[in-house]
Amino acid sequence: MSLAANLAASQVLNINIGAVAYGLAAIGPGIGIGLVFGHAIEAMARQPEATGRISLYMWIGFSLTEALALIGLVAPFIFHYSG
Amino acid sequence: MTGAVAAAAGGSCHIFSGCGFPAPGLQDFVWTPLFTIGSFGFTKPMLLAILAALVVIVFFWAAFRKPRLIPGRTQSLGELAILAVRDQILRPSLGKKGDSYLPFLVSLFFFIYIMNVMELIPLLQFPVTSRIGFVWPLVLTVYFLYLYLGFKHQGAWGYFRNMIPPGVPYPIYIILVPVELLRFFVFQPFTLGVRLFGNMFAGHLLLTIFTIATWYMLSLSVGLLYAVGSFALAIFVFLLETLVTLLQAFIFTTLTATYIASSVDPAH
Repeated sequence: MSLAANLAASQVLNINIGAVAYGLAAIGPGIGIGLVFGHAIEAMARQPEATGRISLYMWIGFSLTEALALIGLVAPFIFHYSG
Repeated sequence: MTGAVAAAAGGSCHIFSGCGFPAPGLQDFVWTPLFTIGSFGFTKPMLLAILAALVVIVFFWAAFRKPRLIPGRTQSLGELAILAVRDQILRPSLGKKGDSYLPFLVSLFFFIYIMNVMELIPLLQFPVTSRIGFVWPLVLTVYFLYLYLGFKHQGAWGYFRNMIPPGVPYPIYIILVPVELLRFFVFQPFTLGVRLFGNMFAGHLLLTIFTIATWYMLSLSVGLLYAVGSFALAIFVFLLETLVTLLQAFIFTTLTATYIASSVDPAH
């Protein structure tokens, strides 16, 4: 959809499409971050002496997943000001 | 000053007094220049970036100017910093033979961390990396470094050949080759930069929203209750940002080490 049609749609329905976009973008990373931390906690419980190594990879996995949610947060600003 | 901050501070615009909430947005990341030289405006983020570089340089110079076997206070702090980067960031990815990249990674980590933590220091209160122009040079440095190292250590044709794992059936090559090329040449640098930028942008935006809302709702009515709630959230976001600033600097440096490792030693 072109930018004009985008704005027209949000005028007609009076919704802030940027907020909806972030809401949709947060679904996947929400599940993903839950998986990352859940599996990391389980691994640390199975083998407590590997906690340091596991928590290192846990933080790396968290930030890679969170990046997608944050790109979803800034994307409406990017497209609003460059349309 | 920037848009909504100036609007909030410059008036008596409170809730229930008829004016709308001066919502912060992209205009809060644009700064009027402190002074101009010709057509080049020197803004506050530039000053903060120079300040961050000076802090890092002066600290490590002061720590290792006259190193002694029994370290004094500054030297042990500097040693702690370098050993933390070496053991947590460099050794897991590059191993012992990657120690020659330690100066680069230490500088990168502390420069990004100080630029990020400018968000939380009173009177400064702006994360320099939330303007993407400050992120792209760092990303380009890392990008050209790992491309140069890849071509140097694996040869021009070998670098492209090592992107594809061996023993793959032929039809898979049709999607695997473009995906791997895009990953190495486009997605890795792009997400590296946008991850750092997005985290700092979102954090600064959240802090601005809650602090302006605290001011806006400060009227002698039920607004005080709202203001207390907003202030509590501002404190919470502040504490969250102390974690996020450190984590994003750590992730940027760790991924840099990983990309260097995959260029130098593509055992996988």
